[in-house]
Amino acid sequence: MEFTRRDTLGLALGAAALTVLPYRVHAAGEEAIQAFTGGAELKEGGVQLTAPEIAENGNTVPIEVSAPGASAIMVLALGNPTPGVATFNFGPLAASQAASTRIRLAGTQDVVAIAKLEDGSFAKASSTVKVTIGGCGG
Amino acid sequence: MKFKAMTAIAALVAAPLTAVAGPDEDNLVVNGEIEMVTTTDAPAHLQDTFDTIYSGWHFRSDETQALQMDDFENPAMVFVDQAQEMWDTVEGSEGKSCASCHEDVAESMKGVRAVYPKWNEAAGEVRTLSMQINACREDNMGADPFKYDSAQMAAMESLISVQSRGMPVNVAMDGPAAETWEQGKEIYYTRFGQLELSCASCHELNYGNMIRADHLSQGQINGFPTYRLKNAKLNTVHGRFKGCIRDTRAETFAPGSPEFVALELYVATRGNGLSVEGPSVRN
Amino acid sequence: MASGVKPRVKVPKSASAGEAVEIKTLISHQMESGQRKDSDGNTIPRSIINRFTCEFNGEMVIDIEMLPAISTNPYFQFEATVPETGTFAFTWYDDDGSVYEDSKEISVA
Ligand code: HEC
Ligand code: HEC
Repeated sequence: MEFTRRDTLGLALGAAALTVLPYRVHAAGEEAIQAFTGGAELKEGGVQLTAPEIAENGNTVPIEVSAPGASAIMVLALGNPTPGVATFNFGPLAASQAASTRIRLAGTQDVVAIAKLEDGSFAKASSTVKVTIGGCGG
Repeated sequence: MKFKAMTAIAALVAAPLTAVAGPDEDNLVVNGEIEMVTTTDAPAHLQDTFDTIYSGWHFRSDETQALQMDDFENPAMVFVDQAQEMWDTVEGSEGKSCASCHEDVAESMKGVRAVYPKWNEAAGEVRTLSMQINACREDNMGADPFKYDSAQMAAMESLISVQSRGMPVNVAMDGPAAETWEQGKEIYYTRFGQLELSCASCHELNYGNMIRADHLSQGQINGFPTYRLKNAKLNTVHGRFKGCIRDTRAETFAPGSPEFVALELYVATRGNGLSVEGPSVRN
Repeated sequence: MASGVKPRVKVPKSASAGEAVEIKTLISHQMESGQRKDSDGNTIPRSIINRFTCEFNGEMVIDIEMLPAISTNPYFQFEATVPETGTFAFTWYDDDGSVYEDSKEISVA
């Protein structure tokens, strides 16, 4: 990425720039949710999603999901070209129904976690992550 | 890149008052064990410029910082493991591995990264760590040199750096190295490209400020090689220099060129007193 | 097989029976998303690790379905219960059919 004269002006101002993209839910996102839940209602509560408010680089965004008693948690990045991220299936020897990983986000967007809880119901949590377009300096 | 126009506009409309956010005040302790000096008094030759020098770690977000605080979170360490295998692997016409001569890397390479680049008397030149690694491959092993800024070179350098983590950078600028050092200094202050920017324009006059969405550091190299989130791989010092110069829209020098060797020597001495952090994690 | 793929796993060496232990895994892999183009403008085909599992003495701890939005050099952290002395088996499944494995012993006092 190259700098322009305007960037150097921006530099003089010391301005922080965030690229905010409009948030869209892809049909593909809806489909993935439908396939996972079979169309069941999504409650709030029962699943937690931890993600940074601002990610320095969309290539590696740390997230953590947790849903006590859940058998599976699906994570979607609704603003990515393809929204699927991962599905965590917990076995009998999982000490907690929680996991951390690092994900790619194509821009500022909502990340969503949907858990299949012990009683077979589904819960949802979401979190907006602002992705700054950095990556200057080579 | 298609976000370009938007970011440039955003940079102009963003409130100037959100400006100067200097280095943060967090402490870097790796594995709960290795205490890093990431902020210290500027070395004597820089005292007219800075009071304090800062590791680039201070300018990264909490999430990026955390990746460097534990060797199982730091993705660079998997390449250190790979280099350990290379260290023990016989290559070349002499039937030797690095270990044949240097044995345990943890013993033989302790403190080495902290003093490089370094004058080599026999060769009559300032050598970077990469040059020394390739000299050993070619002259001592009869093996092909690594490409200067290749993944293998970055991994081998990381393995050697790890053995000095926490030790202060202590690169000599006097004696036979002085001439090369002066050349490096001159390059550092030369304005390059259509934008007429020198290294100092960004890393000396504007560290702490934001350029686009990137928080400018002092451009120290105590953390190299760096695992960058941007390209998800290890980056060498010369790879980073190349990118920085290219950003000013200038023709850049080649990795391994005498110009970059001199620049590396000079930039290394701007960090004398900071801990060796490599391999670190950066944006 | 994608070249230079190497796993790295952290498991404590010992635990007490029924204790929850923290596990961290990382594997070097490009995770080519299938969204990128090469310099000639051709799409670089998708090539990712699509599944990771961790079992202890043959019983499942976690089974993760992975998609291209998982970062290069995939990292996972989770917790396992260890009922007895035994072996953790870690397996990564590549799109190209390769399977990468690692294992770690843990002793339960
Ligand atoms: C045949 C023996 C031999 C082999 C094999 C060998 N080296 Fe060396 N290496 C030496 C000698 C001798 C020196 C000191 C020479 C000098 O200072 O110029 C040295 C110096 C070095 C140094 C600088 C140490 C310092 O204190 O400045 C580094 C780094 C190094 N070797 C890395 C490697 C690596 C990496 C490999 C494998 C790729 C390797 N060497 C293989 C003999 C060997
Ligand atoms: C247009 C501004 C600009 C110029 C000019 C520039 N850089 Fe940079 N440089 C950056 C940005 C932005 C970064 C990434 C954020 C940071 O660490 O400062 C960076 C990062 C670096 C880093 C990595 C620091 C770390 O902790 O990993 C080094 C080293 C560096 N630059 C050296 C140089 C050198 C040497 C020059 C002159 C040849 C130079 N830069 C010129 C903008 C610039």
